[in-house]
Amino acid sequence: MRGTIRIDANRCKGCELCVGICPKKVIGIADTFTPKGYRPAILVDPDGQCTGCLLCSTICPDVAITVYREAVSRTPAQKHAAAA
Amino acid sequence: MLAETMTVVYERPETLLPVVSHYCPGCSHGIIHRLVAEVIDELGVREQTIGVASVGCSVFSYNYLDYDFAQAPHGRAPAMATGIKRYRPNHVVFTYQGDGDLASIGAAEIIHAAARGENITVIFVNNAVFGMTGGQMAPTTLPHMKTTSSPQGRDVATMGFPIRVSEMLATLDGPAYIVRRAVSDPATINRTKKAIRTAFQAQLHGLGFSMVEILAACPINWDMQPEDALQHIKNAMIPYYPLGDYKVIDAVKALA
Ligand SMILES: Cc1ncc(C[n+]2csc(CCOP(=O)(O)OP(=O)(O)O)c2C)c(N)n1
Ligand code: SF4
Ligand code: SF4
Ligand code: SF4
Repeated sequence: MRGTIRIDANRCKGCELCVGICPKKVIGIADTFTPKGYRPAILVDPDGQCTGCLLCSTICPDVAITVYREAVSRTPAQKHAAAA
Repeated sequence: MLAETMTVVYERPETLLPVVSHYCPGCSHGIIHRLVAEVIDELGVREQTIGVASVGCSVFSYNYLDYDFAQAPHGRAPAMATGIKRYRPNHVVFTYQGDGDLASIGAAEIIHAAARGENITVIFVNNAVFGMTGGQMAPTTLPHMKTTSSPQGRDVATMGFPIRVSEMLATLDGPAYIVRRAVSDPATINRTKKAIRTAFQAQLHGLGFSMVEILAACPINWDMQPEDALQHIKNAMIPYYPLGDYKVIDAVKALA
């Protein structure tokens, strides 16, 4: 399954819990600072490895992460192609 | 840009206000606030919910959880919740208390609210220290644990033993639902959410006193990185405070 996340840098406190928990290791820490002075988490996922597994959003104490998944409404032909 | 085929599978619950909290990075209060908000949203009882904040770091929970709120003097949240619930029995009334608040200065209040079987819900956040005031020893501080007021570690010979609140309250006839959970990883967090839901459902069905004790991290006062603090819940807290269901009356079991 394909997914992605969006991290609200203004809410993130750089605790790195999401970085450690992500099974795909696609979350890093930015070089920039948030208004509160923390280095926020950022998604680094050039190969689209995020599965939208929800582990990062579940562990995030500051509810800074929104998680998305690819909608699975495909036409029968697409399903067939995906299965092949 | 997000592809149009992407749909939201997790977003901030509606009743958790979109503000930045004052909690330290990695503090478990944020996770537990979120779980309360998710449950209240899912139960659809936002407009009838009244929270009672306690004294401790979570004293400002009323700035984050978007319900009517009262703020009780130290340890007195169960008494205040009792009054509110008795006056407004159709409202969902909960307290949100730390271990310094609930198990120390508030020990009498919580015992008697439980003994009376008050139809309120208690969210009890046990991080084993007085967080707000700088990490002093609490009644729940583990044996040998170093705190700012037990710098050599808690010596049980002179400082007494930690109190297992859930086990103690479960001996009373009054309570309907008393469980201990943790927020040390996604699996325990999800189980904690389920317990919070059951606790609120018990209240909605008029079944009596419900409490969810939650083993939580205070990385700042434990002097640990957030990830290590979550590990510490597993390695040190859970062995002393076993997770489990300490009292679940049949009527609550029937809700599941
Ligand atoms: C009557 C009174 N005594 C003492 C205090 C100081 N005080 C503020 S918070 C606190 C302890 C809070 O600890 P806890 O309930 O564990 O919450 P945490 O901050 O760890 O979340 C104390 C003793 C107070 N505010 N009022
Ligand atoms: S949803 Fe899962 S895979 Fe995607 S960033 Fe979060 S933890 Fe990693
Ligand atoms: S878990 Fe949340 S607050 Fe912590 S670094 Fe990740 S996004 Fe930021
Ligand atoms: S002192 Fe501890 S309990 Fe208080 S906000 Fe910081 S981490 Fe949380």
